[in-house]
Amino acid sequence: MPKRTDIQSVLVIGSGPIVIGQAAEFDYSGTQACRVLKAEGLRVILVNSNPATIMTDPEIADATYVEPITPEFVEKIIAKERPDVLLPTLGGQTALNTAISLHDAGTLEKYDVELIGANVEAINKGEDRDLFKEVVEAVNAKIGHGESARSVICHTMDEVIAGVDTLGGYPVVVRPSFTMGGAGSGFAHDEEELRRIAGQGLTLSPTTEVLLEESILGWKEYELELMRDRNDNVVVVCSIENFDPMGVHTGDSITVAPAMTLTDREYQRLRDVGIAIIREVGVDTGGCNIQFAIDPADGRVIVIEMNPRVSRSSALASKATGFPIAKIAAKLAVGYTLDEIPNDITEKTPASFEPTLDYVVVKAPRFAFEKFPSADATLTTTMKSVGEAMAIGRNFTEAFQKALRSLEKKGSQFSFVGEVGDKTELLEASVRPTDGRINTVMQAIRAGATPDEVFAYTKIDPWFVDQLFLIKEIADEIAAAELLDADLLAEAKRHGFSDHQIAEIRGLREDVVREVRHALGVRPVYKTVDTCAAEFAAKTPYFYSSYDEENEVAPREKPAVIILGSGPNRIGQGIEFDYSCVHASFALSEAGYETVMVNCNPETVSTDYDTSDRLYFEPLTLEDVLEIVHAEQEAGPLAGVIVQLGGQTPLGLSQALKDNGVPVVGTSPEAIHAAEDRGAFGRVLAEAGLPAPKHGTATTFAEAKTIADEIGYPVLVRPSYVLGGRGMEIVYDETRLSAYIAESTEISPSRPVLVDRFLDDAIEIDVDALYDGTELYLGGVMEHIEEAGIHSGDSACALPPITLGGFDIKRLRASTEAIAKGVGVRGLINIQFAMAGDILYVLEANPRASRTVPFTSKATAVPLAKAAARISLGATIAELRAEGLLPATGDGGTLPMDAPISVKEAVMPWSRFRDIHGRGVDTILGPEMRSTGEVMGIDSVFGTAYAKSQAGAYGPLPTGGRAFISVANRDKRSMIFPARELVAHGFELMATSGTAEVLKRNGINARVVRKQSEGEGPQGEKTIVQLIHEGEVDLIVNTPYGTGGRLDGYDIRTAAVARGVPCLTTVQALAAAVQGIDALGRGDVGVRSLQEHAEHLTAARD
Amino acid sequence: MTTSTRGAARVPAVLVLEDGRIFHGRAYGAVGHTFGEAVFSTGMTGYQETLTDPSYHRQVVVMTAPHVGNTGVNDEDPESARIWVAGYVVRDPARVPSNWRSQRSLDEELVKQGVVGISGIDTRALTRHLRERGAMRVGIFSGNALPDEGTMLAEVRQAAEMKGANLSAEVSTEEAYVVPAVGTKKFTVAAIDLGIKGMTPQLMAERGIEVHVLPATATLDEVYAVNPDGVFFSNGPGDPATADHPVGLMSGVLERKTPLFGICFGNQILGRALGFGTFKLKYGHRGINQPVQDRTTGKVEVTAHNHGFAVDAPLDKVSETPYGRAEVSHVCLNDNVVEGLRLLDQPAFSVQYHPEAAAGPHDAAYLFDRFTQLMEGQRA
Repeated sequence: MPKRTDIQSVLVIGSGPIVIGQAAEFDYSGTQACRVLKAEGLRVILVNSNPATIMTDPEIADATYVEPITPEFVEKIIAKERPDVLLPTLGGQTALNTAISLHDAGTLEKYDVELIGANVEAINKGEDRDLFKEVVEAVNAKIGHGESARSVICHTMDEVIAGVDTLGGYPVVVRPSFTMGGAGSGFAHDEEELRRIAGQGLTLSPTTEVLLEESILGWKEYELELMRDRNDNVVVVCSIENFDPMGVHTGDSITVAPAMTLTDREYQRLRDVGIAIIREVGVDTGGCNIQFAIDPADGRVIVIEMNPRVSRSSALASKATGFPIAKIAAKLAVGYTLDEIPNDITEKTPASFEPTLDYVVVKAPRFAFEKFPSADATLTTTMKSVGEAMAIGRNFTEAFQKALRSLEKKGSQFSFVGEVGDKTELLEASVRPTDGRINTVMQAIRAGATPDEVFAYTKIDPWFVDQLFLIKEIADEIAAAELLDADLLAEAKRHGFSDHQIAEIRGLREDVVREVRHALGVRPVYKTVDTCAAEFAAKTPYFYSSYDEENEVAPREKPAVIILGSGPNRIGQGIEFDYSCVHASFALSEAGYETVMVNCNPETVSTDYDTSDRLYFEPLTLEDVLEIVHAEQEAGPLAGVIVQLGGQTPLGLSQALKDNGVPVVGTSPEAIHAAEDRGAFGRVLAEAGLPAPKHGTATTFAEAKTIADEIGYPVLVRPSYVLGGRGMEIVYDETRLSAYIAESTEISPSRPVLVDRFLDDAIEIDVDALYDGTELYLGGVMEHIEEAGIHSGDSACALPPITLGGFDIKRLRASTEAIAKGVGVRGLINIQFAMAGDILYVLEANPRASRTVPFTSKATAVPLAKAAARISLGATIAELRAEGLLPATGDGGTLPMDAPISVKEAVMPWSRFRDIHGRGVDTILGPEMRSTGEVMGIDSVFGTAYAKSQAGAYGPLPTGGRAFISVANRDKRSMIFPARELVAHGFELMATSGTAEVLKRNGINARVVRKQSEGEGPQGEKTIVQLIHEGEVDLIVNTPYGTGGRLDGYDIRTAAVARGVPCLTTVQALAAAVQGIDALGRGDVGVRSLQEHAEHLTAARD
Repeated sequence: MTTSTRGAARVPAVLVLEDGRIFHGRAYGAVGHTFGEAVFSTGMTGYQETLTDPSYHRQVVVMTAPHVGNTGVNDEDPESARIWVAGYVVRDPARVPSNWRSQRSLDEELVKQGVVGISGIDTRALTRHLRERGAMRVGIFSGNALPDEGTMLAEVRQAAEMKGANLSAEVSTEEAYVVPAVGTKKFTVAAIDLGIKGMTPQLMAERGIEVHVLPATATLDEVYAVNPDGVFFSNGPGDPATADHPVGLMSGVLERKTPLFGICFGNQILGRALGFGTFKLKYGHRGINQPVQDRTTGKVEVTAHNHGFAVDAPLDKVSETPYGRAEVSHVCLNDNVVEGLRLLDQPAFSVQYHPEAAAGPHDAAYLFDRFTQLMEGQRA
């Protein structure tokens, strides 16, 4: 059955900002799908509010709307574009929910838009717990296999409490309906826990519905990825087995592909059930994943859930097998059948087969608990990881150890030296699943635990447990050997030991081990991911390393450029860096280079085998990168290695690569040092005559106190060499300074703490620029909406700057150029400035692609990362202007007066975390970055752009209703005008007594409400927190009181998160919101594609 | 913790291909030497079924999946009473089996049945070699005192070739036996055992068929002595060009127009009985992920394969045969190899692949229903 001929245009909905549970994998999926649809000759209309995505690059779709993914805005786009069909299965839960809303509201019918990929009935059957249970029952009736866990559906707390008895008592699992990434689910061991978890779940569920389930904690967990076409052909693309047994969300588990501990009979039974489910649910075309639990004692199979769409697991399965699920799903949606679609990798065989692997894939999650010190780090059925790394090896141990070192986190690799600790204590600690539990288990093994004990405590499958013992035995052999000979090294390497681990065991330096290894000729070979276990020749060079015999890297003629990616997503280093790497690959490929990508993040576009000429799916450690460089140098000429686009990860390797003779192109390691090292950077500033806030470095409290006394409080303190503001804090007094130094574990003479004067009330400005050694191209100037002191990654900002004048831009340009020149940048640089009074201070400079590059590129319609990659390899800005990659004249500092205003807003993961008492974590912003993603609002005026950014990030700003205001004393003056505006727009104000008094004196009426600490009033007057929970409040303005923090504000802000009420925590945000509310109130908010914006900008530039 | 595999892991082993390529690894299973045709199997599950499939007789099987033995060995999953493979090549054998049905380790089982294997070699390199150069003779030599390479190579080159091998008699049952129907008996089928797998009569029995499994040497009279509603020709090892007796037997069945079903070797025999040739594939199809299209419905099924030979029949037209018109009913989408034949004028069909699966997906189980429908149709 060939392509449908009745479709000319298709609307694709993206997944919006990166949040926990819905991340970069949807950019990978969406980009693939859009490309396929466009290649099929369809007009592709895309909506996605996330600017840091490849899919929102203007060339990926025909009309790209960076607009909020809400039913209101999507309807506007539909009305304007009139697409024939809507494909909702590639943008995660966000796209699916939006599509359902549009269907329910009758919008799709009104504009005659057909849903393709999944119909509404199928989506509901897959997503609704009750309906899905019926599906499983129907399947069981047909094929005699598969059942659901015993469960009850509840809509009220009374039903919840009663439900426990029906299930046979505690523990029980609580799962809210229609939430993504398992938000709000958890295990309840007693009534108190149940009330808390179920209460939260009822609130989070858009249908006020939770499912209570029998506990299958400790069972084996599996997942199948399936695809079905309109001809009812079904294939299982991949099986995945969780290393962590049931109880940990699969996104937080270490997972393995293919399944390792099932016989064929058991596997085929899962396959039969899976296929029967996809048919029963009625996913007509496309993919779905189905999760299973298996009782390790008798093999009883329980079907846990299914997702009738492309998912995080399907991205992982695509990378693990080389079978591009999203791409094929898009083709199926427009009418092709699996047998009509060729397998890209073999080119000769069709996609209607099931990939078979001759290697093992291990995925490990990356967490960010260090950013949320008050959050409970126990892993549950609510996903908490912010990213993941995947590794491929020829056996489990190799893949597993590679995955652990890919996490790039101190202590993530197994260590076999040092105190072992007490066996029983370690075993007991390993019962609780946490980030790093696996290391605890290994410690327990070192301390003498037996395989049976490890299984008894952790329920990790005995086969996996044996693999841990195997690793430990190899470590023992390394330790016991008289000398490191070739056989022993090869054996260690075959089980994934890094040079670092071997060095640690032997008490040697890592580079010494490497030298010995190279001298003995023990080097990895590179194998191909080919979907078919070598049955057919592979045409796609998608490689992984293994210490095996035969190398499959083919010789090449063209000079190659190796681009180092950014590794697992984490807070502070996310998809934005992948974006720059992908752009570099595209630009260099066009410029005639052979591009070679190195990365270990399965969620990304960079690890799509379609992105670069060659892909190495490998950890980004010095050892792994050096081996790839060696392999590529053997294969042909190497023009250079790019380290400045993937964030801190590759940047940190720069000097060591150079020391090992690797040609690092672009900004030199020395220049990177000049920007990162305090002293060196100070000299650059001094030479250029630029002021920086007063500062000093200290390694003790006494030193820090002396500096703070001299420059005056408040001071900004932070460890050196960090990304994302890790450990950064604003300190207002000596007591706190003393405590900070005492708490900081990472302070040492070589890693001093930095103490800066904190510029209160300064305007913070971010600049992205290109420098080629002679010319500066100012990419864009972003003015932060929140004042200095809030991490730039968490701050909203506007481009072009909304309050800066021509003179300011001139000063910023001159300073940027002086720094770029002084540091010696060849490519991108990002500089943060603070404008306090009339002085422009330099806060810091990063000689690399920044988090804001994609935003700046989209807001100004100029591909900065592409230009940076070209400059790294010797092109000049003048040449790039002549070529048309950069505008012929002008730059991001000289945008025309009527250029659109773009606002970037950060998205925070508050709702994911609870403290050990089960309460939410506080939501105030600070100098440590905690956002997971961002959205962009773009429009002709600031107010509308800001309103769009809020709608994209948190849901629409209210245009009326009740606003609650409670601000710190220092904010009371600046609150008055915006408060008056709110009243003018018809809001009823509510305030706590202090704030109400100030408002009253300024002639603004506000209803006084009780503080949480005051409790309910004598006549049953509700406290503000109660009112928020009851849905009585539409907008919250609450700025934190100094440093004490945890007073009323904490309860108010956490209640706001729980209820999803917009909560502004700075007065600057309030002022911006008022402009947004004003724009919304006028009702003239339209939508415009990036292509239209670009056309407009280009016309204005000429 | 030590296991038998761990101890044996240090015993050296060498794999020698007839074209002179040599791989060094460690002994796995029994220690000694063995010869056969080197073939690779790409299934990720089902090693027990693979090892006990009589079609692998005289073949040294290379597993492309690196981890083998993880689920141990149980007494439910074998497809016949013994391991048939001549030798076993794996990369990473399990040290500890883990499965609720496991009764012992695979390593023990291989030792018990005297199957010589090798582990720890680059199985992907070997697979690629076989893909490029074709299936060929191979020897595995393990032990602490190995002959020199020249001697080993000479021994490999003296081993028998698969082309021209007539192996049915070596794998077939000596005595006829009956697999009773499950539930009400509806049909009687005479199944010619050319190397039959246990799952085949089981799936027939589940459909109400009483299966009389007969030796490969059975005569036409012996077949009709059981009063069959249908006749089945099983899978099995060897070169179909040598299978003159089964071809003659099948011709007799076709002349009587008794409903007929063949699997794998049975498909090649039907091909020959219809007058088509057979040929040896370069490296065969062995795996459980092969896309086969049913040309009557256009649907694709994911199927289990184990065949080194194939039928040479025209894909694009209906052929005239001594038994009326015949067509290619199924084709492998990977390489357009004939995967099924069907007579249009009388009730007979066969497939080159394995609808009984074991190991493999159950997509093609409908073919057993098709067989019962043919038998029903004949009665009506």
